[in-house]
Amino acid sequence: MVDLTSIHYMSVREMSDALAMREVSSVELTQAHLDRISAIDGTVGAYLAVAGDEAIAQARAADERLTSGTLTPLLGVPMQLKDNMSTRGIATTCASRMLEGYIPAYDATVARLLANAGTVLLGKGNMDEFAMGSSTENSAFKPSRNPWDTERVPGGSSGGPAAAVAAGEAAFALGSDTGGSIRQPAAFCGIVGMKPTYGLVSRYGLVAFASSLDQIGPMTRTVEDCALVLGAIAGHDPKDSTSIPGALPDYTAGLDAGVEGLRIGVVREYFGEGIDPDVAKTAQDAIATLEGLGARISEVSLPHSRSALAVYYIIAPSECSANLARYDGVKYGYSDPDSEGIWAALEETRRHGFGPEVKRRIMLGTYALSAGYYNAYYIKAQQVRTLIRREFTEAFEHVDVLVTPSSPTPAFGLGEKTEDPLAMHASDLCSVPANIAGIPSLSVPCGLVDGMPVGLQLLGPHLSEQTLLRVAYAYEQATGWHSLHPAI
Amino acid sequence: MMAENDRNLSIDDVRHIASLCRIGMTDEELERMSAELSDLVGEVAYVQSIDTSGVGPMGHAADSIDTVMRDDESSPPLSVGDVLANAPRREGDYFRVRAILD
Repeated sequence: MVDLTSIHYMSVREMSDALAMREVSSVELTQAHLDRISAIDGTVGAYLAVAGDEAIAQARAADERLTSGTLTPLLGVPMQLKDNMSTRGIATTCASRMLEGYIPAYDATVARLLANAGTVLLGKGNMDEFAMGSSTENSAFKPSRNPWDTERVPGGSSGGPAAAVAAGEAAFALGSDTGGSIRQPAAFCGIVGMKPTYGLVSRYGLVAFASSLDQIGPMTRTVEDCALVLGAIAGHDPKDSTSIPGALPDYTAGLDAGVEGLRIGVVREYFGEGIDPDVAKTAQDAIATLEGLGARISEVSLPHSRSALAVYYIIAPSECSANLARYDGVKYGYSDPDSEGIWAALEETRRHGFGPEVKRRIMLGTYALSAGYYNAYYIKAQQVRTLIRREFTEAFEHVDVLVTPSSPTPAFGLGEKTEDPLAMHASDLCSVPANIAGIPSLSVPCGLVDGMPVGLQLLGPHLSEQTLLRVAYAYEQATGWHSLHPAI
Repeated sequence: MMAENDRNLSIDDVRHIASLCRIGMTDEELERMSAELSDLVGEVAYVQSIDTSGVGPMGHAADSIDTVMRDDESSPPLSVGDVLANAPRREGDYFRVRAILD
């Protein structure tokens, strides 16, 4: 039988096998996770809401399906969704006062797909308000803490999901990634995080932040789990007009095919200025490991990609200023109780409903889109975006995969960057280019710096998820970083 | 490339932007936002130094999508009760809004 006291660090695959062999029930597995959450989430703060009764009911249904023999890989496995994914009947707040108490009337497509696959929703993950931030300190309700060192941030904006998975408070989680919000917290917390190709996973029911950049993806403790979860959520959705049509591969097939002869490009710009030397060294060691496994390593230069951060902080705020115009206090969400007329009510609703970073971004985007500045900022950023994408396309004519560190530093201290928005933004330096170009990217644990996890970022051309997973799997199996867990 | 002082947003500039995006602000908030926005605009103005002559703008990365047209088929909508369940102010089957004209 399975030891229920250590069950929280089993991989999704191991849980799935144990469930199929009837060594454990989904109710036992779910209860073990709820107990784990009760024991440590007061410290970690990974959850904004725990849906314990609903989770046990879903686990019972999963156990019935297990008895009837209709097995699917995620059946009965307990997980967390970031709190910007709509869940019918369960509050979805985006960690904002603006949506406090908001109960969606429908499920996001990813929530529906995971429910159909028989997963158990434990609850909703903490995040930076409206997914704007890199530390989860912008949550209107509470910060999350890094399970490896609770005086440090877990990264963001998907800091709750990353901390939950790293601390064994969920078997896996879904995050969203607009400029690194899956990969940077995955790196900070020592787990695997993937931002799939733009359009691979439906965003129906994901609260919109920057629509040309947002993408949902898996956050898991192993690469194989990442492939399993991606397989469950990827695919065309008629309800999302940006979702890609066509048949999809089995992402777990060929995971163990190795990297012999694969061409890997090391992006020169992400190993010097602005990158912590110990982080760069850790990533270089990982590249040497891949070379030892038979990959062909070369150096690549992507000079325009260093402009991606400036491009991002024009395009993302511009799109957010449009997307967040919907919060008017009329149809749902916070509504200022005291104002008489509609215009005063609008201004007071948005003044009290939004936190400082959200306001800064709405203001910056409004400025970039306003008369007289539109061409100088918004159109100019879109032109540089073309250059960045072109540079990636050209690079992928010579290499199969590009590598960089996932973030310039390991997890920083709580409060260290909250008063300095520019320093906080720099944490996205390595991850933003993939969103600008719309390409897939994955962070895999590649070691520790001062006892804190560091991630290696892999980038590939459009729809190259299988290749990224294959490289990450080869590296993970050769090094075993995934078997390290925080002491919490 | 714009002159350096073009990137400093005055309190009046910030008041104008706040009115465009309907965010109420006190004088103190306007002053703080003016400093913060000036820093942010200074950060992103870097793009203006990049030569983009002859380069078209890129609005999205949805490369594989040829069309967003779908068959014109109806499906059941959400119920009125569901749609109104989160309304801050409701009157019967309607959202209640505050006075638009003084």
